[in-house]
Formats: sequence, C-alpha cells, structure tokens
Amino acid sequence: MTTLTENPNVAATADTHHGPAKGLKRWLYTTNHKDIGSLYLWFAFIMFLIGGAMAMVIRAELFQPGLQIVDPHFFNQMTTVHGLIMVFGAVMPAFTGLANWMIPMMIGAPDMALPRMNNFSFWILPFAFLILIMTLFMEGGGPAFGWTFYAPLSTTYSSDTTALFVFSVHIMGISSIMGAINVIVTIWNMRAPGMTWMKMPLFVWTWFITAFLLIAVMPVLAGAVTMVLTDKFFGTSFFDAAGGGDPVMFQHIFWFFGHPEVYIMILPAFGVISAIVPTFARKPLFGYASMVYATASIALLSFVVWAHHMFTTGMPLFGELFFMYCTMLISVPTGVKVFNWVATLWRGSISFEVPMLFALAFIVLFTIGGFSGLMLAITPVDFQYHDTYFVVAHFHYVLVTGAVFSIIAAAYYWLPKWTGVMYDVTLAKAHFWCSLISVNLLFFPMHFVGLAGMPRRIPDYSLQFADFNQWISIGGFAFGLSQLIFLALLIKACRKQGKPVDAKVWDGAEGLEWEVASPAPYHTFSTPPKIK
Amino acid sequence: MTRANLVLLRKLVLVVFGMFLFGFALVPLYDTFCEITGINGRIIVKAEDSDADKVVSDRRVKIQFLVKTDAKNEFDFKSNQKFIEVKIGELSEVSFEVKNKTSSLQLAQAVPSVSPGTASLYLNKTECFCFSQQILQANETVVYPMRFFIDEDLPEDISLLTLSYTLYQAQSVQASYSKSELDKGAS
Repeated sequence: MTTLTENPNVAATADTHHGPAKGLKRWLYTTNHKDIGSLYLWFAFIMFLIGGAMAMVIRAELFQPGLQIVDPHFFNQMTTVHGLIMVFGAVMPAFTGLANWMIPMMIGAPDMALPRMNNFSFWILPFAFLILIMTLFMEGGGPAFGWTFYAPLSTTYSSDTTALFVFSVHIMGISSIMGAINVIVTIWNMRAPGMTWMKMPLFVWTWFITAFLLIAVMPVLAGAVTMVLTDKFFGTSFFDAAGGGDPVMFQHIFWFFGHPEVYIMILPAFGVISAIVPTFARKPLFGYASMVYATASIALLSFVVWAHHMFTTGMPLFGELFFMYCTMLISVPTGVKVFNWVATLWRGSISFEVPMLFALAFIVLFTIGGFSGLMLAITPVDFQYHDTYFVVAHFHYVLVTGAVFSIIAAAYYWLPKWTGVMYDVTLAKAHFWCSLISVNLLFFPMHFVGLAGMPRRIPDYSLQFADFNQWISIGGFAFGLSQLIFLALLIKACRKQGKPVDAKVWDGAEGLEWEVASPAPYHTFSTPPKIK
Repeated sequence: MTRANLVLLRKLVLVVFGMFLFGFALVPLYDTFCEITGINGRIIVKAEDSDADKVVSDRRVKIQFLVKTDAKNEFDFKSNQKFIEVKIGELSEVSFEVKNKTSSLQLAQAVPSVSPGTASLYLNKTECFCFSQQILQANETVVYPMRFFIDEDLPEDISLLTLSYTLYQAQSVQASYSKSELDKGAS
C-alpha cells in the first residue's frame, strides 16, 4: 500500500521519543488521529478508483446503442456496486478521514476522544468492501438491484449473494456509526478552553451535525437490510404482499435513511467550502451564525422529505403536496449558504490557488445540481423525470461536482499541512482543468437525454440518444483519466517532493490548524492552545 | 477514557439502538397509518357487519374488477364481472372463479387493493374469499362470492373504483401473515 511510504511525522518535536511504531504494525495498531485520517483518505481514494473503474465499464457499454461489451445482468451489478462503493466506500470515508485529521487540530484537542474505537471503525471497513467486491466473482453474481436495493428485486429476484451484501452493509454501517459517535464525543468534550460553540470552525460544525444524522439514520438502514435478509432467507413477509407485507413500505424505510444520507454526504462539503473561500478571498466568512443555523435546518428538514423519491408510487395528493413543499423549503437554507459564499467573495482580494479553483467550481456546479433538484421536487413534472438520466445528472452534479470536488479541494487545501511540502501546482492545475471540462461533458448532456426520456440503469437505449451518449462516455473516460493526475500528485507529495512550507501555508488562512508546524507533528495540542 | 466521554458514549449508543428499533417500529406504524388514512389502497381485511345501518341513495358509482396471479402460475383466476354499477349503500354480490391447475392441494391467499387509495375506506365487504386462505384440491375449480356495499361517505369526486385482487400461492405465508388479521377474517 502506498500509505506505507508516507511518514509525515518524524519531525523534530518534543514528542519524537514516543513517535509512531515502524512498519505495518504502525498502521494496524495506530490510535493516532492523523494516522487514521490518512488511512481513511487513502482507502477512500482507492475505492474511488475502483468505483470509477466500474463507471468506465458502464460508460463503455453505453458508448453505442445495443449490447456489446457486458451482458445486462453484469451491467446491473456494475451500476449497483458503483453506487454502493462511491457512497459508502469513497465519499463517506473520505469525509471521515478529513474529520479525523482536522477536527482535533481545529478545536485544539490532542486526539479523537475514543482512539481505540477509531482504529476499529477504520479497520473493519476494508473487510466490508472485500466482501462486497468478492460477490462479483461468485455464482449468481454480486448485487444487481441498484444501490437502493428495492424489494422485491433484492428479495424475491436476487441471487444468494444478497446475504453477503447485507453483511457488508452492516459492517459499513457499524463503521460509520462508530466514526460519528467519535466525532460527537470529541467535539462535545474535547474543545480547548475558550473554544465556545459559536467559535468553532464551520467544518467542525457541519461535521457535528452530520454525525447526528449518521447515528439517527444508519441504524434504520441496518434495520432495512436486516428485513431484506429475513424476507429472503427466513420466511418473513415485511415486503411481500402475499404474506401481508408491502413492497412500497421498503421504499419508505429506505428513503427515511436515504434522504438524510444525501445530506450526510454534502454537509461536510459545505464546511470545507466555508473554510476555503474566506482564506482565498482574504475576508472572514460572511454570515457565520446563519451558516450554522442553515446547516441545522437542512439537517432537520432532511427527515421530512423522503417520499419525494417516490412520487410515482401512487401517493394521495396531500402527501405529494406535503413532500413537494418540504423539499422546496430546503432550498431556502441552501440558498442562504450559497449567498454567504458569494457575499464572502464580494470585494475580497481573491486569488486562484488550486483549492480555491475547486471551491469556486463547487459553488457553481453544486448550485446547478441544486436547481435540477428543485425541478425534480415539483411533483407533476417528476412523473416525467422519474428514473431517467435527468435524475442521474442531478445527483452526479451534487455528488461529484459537489461532494467529490469539495473533498479534492480539501485535499489541496490541507495537503501541505499534512506532508509539509507544497504539491506540484502545475499538475494540480492540470488536474483541475481536465476534471472541470470532462465532468461537464460527462454529466451535462445527461440532462438532455433524461428530459428526452432515456431511462436510467438500462444497458441499451434507442438510437436517437446515440450522439449524446458518445459525448457522455468520452467525458467519462476523460474524467476517469484526470484522476490519475491526482494520484501521481498525491504520490509525489507523500514522498515529500516539493518545497517545504511554513506553518501558515496560505497567507489568508485562519484557524488553529495553521498554528502547528508543517508537517503537523505526530502529537499536537498535548497542552491546549489559548483561544483568542 | 474520561468519565464525561463514557457518559456521552453510553447515551449515543442508546440513541443508535433506539433508532435501530425505530426502523422496525416503522412497520406497524406504516400499517396503522395506512389503515387509518386508507392511503395506499390496502383495504381493511375484515368483514363488516351486514346489518349495519346503511343509507341507500340514488348516487351511483362504477366498480371495475381486476385480477392477477403471482408469477408461479398455479392458478387460473378470473372475475365473473368486469364492471358493475352500484347504488351507494346497496349490498351487491359479485363472484370470482379460481382453478387449481396443479395436481396437488394448494393454499391460496388473495390480497386486495383499491384505487384510488382513499376510496378503500368506503368499500365495505361483508363476505370475501380474501379474508382467509382458501384450500383448493387438485384440479378443483371454486367460485367465490364477494358481497360488499359502498359507504355513503364516499367522497363526491369519486365515481369509479377499481378493486384489484392478486392471488398468491400460500405456503409459508400462514405463519407470517399477521395472526390478528386472519382471526378477524375468520369471524
């Protein structure tokens, strides 16, 4: 693993004498928040590449109409496992990695509150994905029912490897619940004296709220997969109409988890952007308090909008109106956030370093994703958009150019602090421009084919969608290749190839993490800092 | 681990277990909610008292009957009427025919559904083969009567009701089909 070559910490500090162990054991037994943060981030990146490779299979098959490369059953496995890996293996662990690295340093704590649990919550994760990916090579194939595993696709019509899918989701859930508990306890109990609630950096605030969402809904997901397991193998009838159950109930339970889940993947992104924009606009964040309240209201509203994923299941008018209006209401606090970022930029001394480039791209492209989300929220038109590529375009704009771009921005922002050297800026800019252009070529035409009626999750399509799909596939391959630039850059940076940086890497940066040396010593804030 | 951390950890673990249980509590909550509001067209599987005060009015509604079987293809299932028109409050009878196509004894369970869903609250059945599981001998054909009346409170904007039955082969179903509902059906 590349992680082994990375050793950011044998710096000359007072703590050198009890620094990290050597070799593999360091990583297996570590309880250090920085080591665990690095493990999470590398794991997420590897999963991002594996999930991305599956997306390449999907785009290769969709390059032309007709079936040419894979058979439909394998195509379904690819869409399913791509979704599961990107959600649970890439985006969520990447944010947990950022939380591990940054939260203790941002609040002036020496480490996470529960370091052994921290080690455990990371190390069960590789096994979860090993189990999930293994199923692809077993008889009957891996899960092929979509990452949403709707019953009866996942019960009556699934292969026996569904049991392994269920176990792996259980492990992922336990891992992220433990991670979330750790974040809450750390933030609640370990803030340095003087670090009051309303002085916390927004990344800490957004993660604090995200962690509550996680402990509220991941157990519900665990319940849902357990019901699928017992329905399939133990004769219960939670979702089987013949036995008095109801398949639509599956969708209610799933989306009761699923909608807060999408905010779990975007709230920490808001925190990252709220850290980067003030730094490079050289102005304090506009409307700090309103950002905190907006984050909290988004989190609360996320519990009462789940059925907007199911408008076409035949809800009564009242239900459709209720979920439509609640969904639209979410655009108010989200709009507050976008407004505050733009107001922070207003009359700032803006410079365009790489993290800022990704942050600005985030603001524009995430907003596009938000707008298509508003369109989908309108019940009557959702009947047209439902299950088309318009939906695919929408959630890739908010998750790829939203969540993933913010993670990349965070990596470029804090990487010099982690490694102690400035990364290769030419490569980073190449990475940015290649990603920006290809990602739009990849996802923007999906709006058009979706509105024209191309259904999602189908390996074949009618001829009139051929041209657009070719562009989309070319954009997809280009976006996939662009991420290899990022890989090269990360390997170079972790091998310390680059100019050493000061403690305060960016001249406009504020916060405790910039007061410790670069690279951050293995132990920081063993005595709490003074908060102004 | 400090005491404060331990206390908070315990509380959060309790929340996690509470939410896991809540996930399962959603099942009865969902059923109750649907039964009260009639939201998803799952009609209450119990017999109405046929002597209840019924107000027969001149208002008429059309009722359409749809039937289907599960994918296992053990039964022929048909409705002897496609459409009937009834007066509100009037007791009507229709019949359905089920043929066991196999050469072994079969258990069948019909699951009803009404569209529009909210109308399910006003379709009262006094006799229905869907109340309980039906036993069909090998190759036997049975005609089941179904008696019902439409409640006078049926919203004015509803003039067409669709009643759909799906017939399932029931084996392990007995055990899992909510016992109380079976008891209600038997009475």
